[in-house]
Amino acid sequence: MESGFASPRADAFPAGLRVLVVDDDPTWLKILEKMLKKCSYEVTTCCLARDALDMLRERKDRFDIVISDVNMPDMDGFKLLEHVGLEMDLPVIMMSVDGETSRVMKGVQHGACDYLLKPVRMKELRNIWQHVFRKKIHEVKEIENHEIHDDVQMMRSGSEEFDDGHLPSGLDLVSPRKRKDMENKEHEDQELSDPSAMKKARVVWSVDLHQKFVNAVNQIGFDKVGPKKILDLMKVPWLTRENVASHLQKYRLYLSRLQKQNESKAPFCGTKQSDFTPKDTPGSFGIENSIKMHQNNAANSSYGYCGNKILLQNVGSEIHENDLKGIISFLPITEPRKALAGDVSNTQKSSNGSRVGLSHSFGSLGPDVNYPTIQSPNCWNTDIPVIQFAQKAKQEKEPYILLEDNYMHLPPSGPQNQIQADGLQSSPPINSRPVTEKGKVIATEIKPLCTEYGSNHVGDISRRGQGINLFSVQADKDVANAQAFGYMPTATGSSPMRNQSFDQIYINNWNSLQPSIIPEGGSFLSSSHEDLEPCSLQGGYGYTETVGFNNEEILAYEHLDLTADPPSHLYDGLRFNCDYPCDSMEYPLMDRGLFIA
Amino acid sequence: MDLKRQVAYMRRSLFDQGYLDEQFIQLEDLQDDVNPNFVEEIVTLFYRDSARLILNIEQAMEKSPLDFDKLDTYMHQFKGSSSSIGAKKVKSEATQFREFCKAGNAEGCLRTYQQLKKEYTTLRKKLETYFQLARQAGPAETASRPN
Repeated sequence: MESGFASPRADAFPAGLRVLVVDDDPTWLKILEKMLKKCSYEVTTCCLARDALDMLRERKDRFDIVISDVNMPDMDGFKLLEHVGLEMDLPVIMMSVDGETSRVMKGVQHGACDYLLKPVRMKELRNIWQHVFRKKIHEVKEIENHEIHDDVQMMRSGSEEFDDGHLPSGLDLVSPRKRKDMENKEHEDQELSDPSAMKKARVVWSVDLHQKFVNAVNQIGFDKVGPKKILDLMKVPWLTRENVASHLQKYRLYLSRLQKQNESKAPFCGTKQSDFTPKDTPGSFGIENSIKMHQNNAANSSYGYCGNKILLQNVGSEIHENDLKGIISFLPITEPRKALAGDVSNTQKSSNGSRVGLSHSFGSLGPDVNYPTIQSPNCWNTDIPVIQFAQKAKQEKEPYILLEDNYMHLPPSGPQNQIQADGLQSSPPINSRPVTEKGKVIATEIKPLCTEYGSNHVGDISRRGQGINLFSVQADKDVANAQAFGYMPTATGSSPMRNQSFDQIYINNWNSLQPSIIPEGGSFLSSSHEDLEPCSLQGGYGYTETVGFNNEEILAYEHLDLTADPPSHLYDGLRFNCDYPCDSMEYPLMDRGLFIA
Repeated sequence: MDLKRQVAYMRRSLFDQGYLDEQFIQLEDLQDDVNPNFVEEIVTLFYRDSARLILNIEQAMEKSPLDFDKLDTYMHQFKGSSSSIGAKKVKSEATQFREFCKAGNAEGCLRTYQQLKKEYTTLRKKLETYFQLARQAGPAETASRPN
């Protein structure tokens, strides 16, 4: 069923809403399934939280909404809720036979968009679509707001072209809105627009914004950092100290979580943490430009997000390990991980040097280098692997042009490597910098690094051309950012991979169909088609699919929920929901920006 | 008495006597051509699955001293499950049991559990009879809701 958002079949909406129900009680599972089917929804049931997460991660765009019981044996419902919210940014409804205020409160705090008491009535289920709808609208607005703040200009021009071609039908809703709200961009808008949402208006920590944040943090020095200092450095007028403080807290949690994961995780399929030794090979990363994406590698063009790709992008040679405290491991290019092996070799051969001429461009990003953390598949299960890239810029390089994000555009010649530009682009400049180097670098397909997508995603992406709405709508930096963050739309087709200076090291495990791109010099390791659980590197922005019905997805930026700070916040790192966008990102992303064909 | 009327009467009394609540009606509403025996299937599923919970609870009750937290958890699950078929009395006993757990009242727990088990078993018998009767009365015959 097509996305119902702005489609003409509005009357059919919300039929076909894709619901995932998680409950360890088989009786309830059956009842809920029947109830939802009666509402004409598409139901998938699951009795284990872990399985549910796997399913969700495998294909981010597979569901529109999740309904979960609070008490489950294998995982606390609240934990699942956090994971879903963070990684996939799907609306989650909690259920329980226990209606105690404290429990309900906990649900709210963890981000549930509703809390139903068992026995659940059918009429309550009938209306769950409102949560999906609301979220989409909210996100669209958020994106618009961000657009304004960011350097949209550049992107805009670039995006127009592909806007036409790629606008998915579902995008209709977004485009007009976007244009109309262009002026809004007020922060207030966010708050006003969604008063009914359980969550208060949140600051959307877009890729770009997060990059600014990370840059500021790195500049100050992780140990000495404080919200006020960060805020001052970021120079984002509408951001408040509270926003930053809350984001910082999450960031810290994320870092510490990554650290723990690094210590305990088993190696990834694709990348092993042990392989990463940030300290060892600053040089090997080649970051400088970061990832020189081998353009040849672009052959596969699928961008990767899905699949186990681990893209490791080394950004800059300066590795501030301290900052990351053990996060991440770079995959030195020299040791391609098995998954990457194939790709790596390709890339290595082919690349060196920025093919796209981007090499130059990637450059220097931020002073610090943040290493992306590679999370082993295990991590995925437990946490949201978020890989942060801090890009560090190579001083010598000029600011890269990379399309907002480090996209490496690789000529379609080689196997496409997925460029995962995910990660956080730590340096804001990147985002907004037009590609000056040869042509423009366009992040063609940015696949959201985040999210573990199964290889399925890859396929999806291509068809998702439309999905890119988001991007087209945004046409701006945000989108680009998203791209940079590793959004790599999996283009089943061949999207040329562009070389991007990955400032970020994106480690992604995806079952991607595409080979991973290995930046030369830099270590980009991506595991291809591995069953690695993708680590989502999200640069702080979350893309969420808007209008999830069917394939039409609008990627919306999901912002981190800064307002709520749940106790065990799962925001490992920043939740950049790159997830969805991948799908949609296909072309539009690319187009937006400068393509280096 | 006419079979259909018997079925209707029995159904009515289950509600009147407080054995079943509104949730049971919800289940009946879900029954359709796709799932013509939905209610019975659900009840069967409930009794099958809850047997496991009952076992857990009984095993835990044999320990001394009682692990109230564990018991509370089990009972919470059981309560949730029993709410699925609208087992009103059973649910009420479960709530009571949880209260005693929270209060650390072993004696109260034991007593309540006995009560609960009794209700649980009684309901099963009644529903078995009911479904049997309903089937005899005619496949398409679902006790029409009085209200």
